[in-house]
Amino acid sequence: MADGAGWRMSTSAGITICGQHHLNDQLLFDANLCLPGGKWTCLLGRSGVGKSTILRLILGLETGGTFTGRITASDDAPLDNRISYMAQSDLLLPWLSVLDNICIGARLRGTAPDIARAQKLLARVGLCAHGHQKPNALSGGMRQRTALARTLYENRPIVFLDEPFSALDAGTRADMQELAAEVLHGRTVLLVTHDPAEAARLADQIVVMSASETRIWPTPNSPALRAINDPETLDCQARLLAYLRREHPT
Amino acid sequence: MRLRDILLALIIGLCLWQAIVILTDAPHFILPSPWRVANAAYNSRVIIAENAWVTALEVMLGLIIGTALGVATAIQLALSKTAERLILPILVFTQAVPVFALAPLLTLWFGYGMASKIIMAVLIIYFPITSAFHDGLTRSDRGYGDLSVSMGAGRWNFMRHVQIPHALPSLGTGLKLAAVYAPIGAVIGEWVGASKGLGYLMLLANGRAKIDLMFASLIVLACLTVILHITIGILATRITRYAQGTSQK
Repeated sequence: MADGAGWRMSTSAGITICGQHHLNDQLLFDANLCLPGGKWTCLLGRSGVGKSTILRLILGLETGGTFTGRITASDDAPLDNRISYMAQSDLLLPWLSVLDNICIGARLRGTAPDIARAQKLLARVGLCAHGHQKPNALSGGMRQRTALARTLYENRPIVFLDEPFSALDAGTRADMQELAAEVLHGRTVLLVTHDPAEAARLADQIVVMSASETRIWPTPNSPALRAINDPETLDCQARLLAYLRREHPT
Repeated sequence: MRLRDILLALIIGLCLWQAIVILTDAPHFILPSPWRVANAAYNSRVIIAENAWVTALEVMLGLIIGTALGVATAIQLALSKTAERLILPILVFTQAVPVFALAPLLTLWFGYGMASKIIMAVLIIYFPITSAFHDGLTRSDRGYGDLSVSMGAGRWNFMRHVQIPHALPSLGTGLKLAAVYAPIGAVIGEWVGASKGLGYLMLLANGRAKIDLMFASLIVLACLTVILHITIGILATRITRYAQGTSQK
């Protein structure tokens, strides 16, 4: 089975999250957010506004607070085991080889790892010569490529990315954005980011989050992935940055 | 530490020892000279070797059993919050009882043979191993837990594939402590009541005013402890390098 064939048989579901999240009895955010199926949604907002908390809520992870509301998929099916997750830290296990890291999901579920598929994914992220190396031998960009291959190995129709490129240098970040846009095309993606340029380049939908609202921001007319020097993309980026600075002055 | 430095320290130590013997003019049954001790060690080499083997066996078995029990306890504590809440305070409380004070009781219960000394060594290293490994198991990055949940990991598989390898450097630290404590436990057990072992031989030599043999036994015991410490140190370094992904192929 070609990579991704399983989830492409059905359209990637969209997700709606509607409700309030309280932390220590104080309102953290009041969100009404819809992630369209098969599209990239980029979520921006100041630090601490709850961007990652939204992601954690949908994933079913501990948030330390209380959520009242609903989280539903567009096909009304449960979201369990349909979302894969990639964090800011690559979370590679240093004692395992790159290939074994890619297959770690299978081992954690107690199933046999599919090494051949892992090798194909490794080739897809441009690291086929590094399969037997340990993560310590890789650069930051190569480590994030490995983490992306591990995310792809999970072969799930919905992918959550929590600032996965923020620690990379500008050139590597642009490369990773292009690679992620290519390999995750057709999946429902939620990308939490602080970078207006990243959102303007990658998003089918941009959402700016504050404590009181989740605001849909107009995206450029051209389809993602957009060129870095595309005038409309640059304009979107500039307006987003100006808005974020105005809304949240330092 | 280089071999040259070790030899130099040894020579300085022996010179100092000989100087004290000459300056104080102490009788040989109070402070024997290094030469006299070496002579005693050579003449009693068979009896020293036999007793050293018994002590070494007690220490090694104590280390293996104590480590196995400590590792199993730490895993159980990390797997179950209830177990952690109930057992951890009891473990800490038991540390208030000096293990040395239990030696006569252990000899009474388990006899003068090896069993009471092995149990003594087990008791003395159990807590450092449990505490160090449990600390390592519960100190892993929360991100690994999040990733595992998103992947649908089972609790035991997460423990096996992530938490245990991640905690190996902490286990290495616990093992290094255990390598120092285990011989103490075994020798104290031998002092309280034994028919074999270096601790027994030291007491026997002391009782017969053979202080040179007592010194020889003491030096052999120190050598055994140093060898054990170096061996465990190498093992701890290896498992730490494995966990950090820096081990040589």
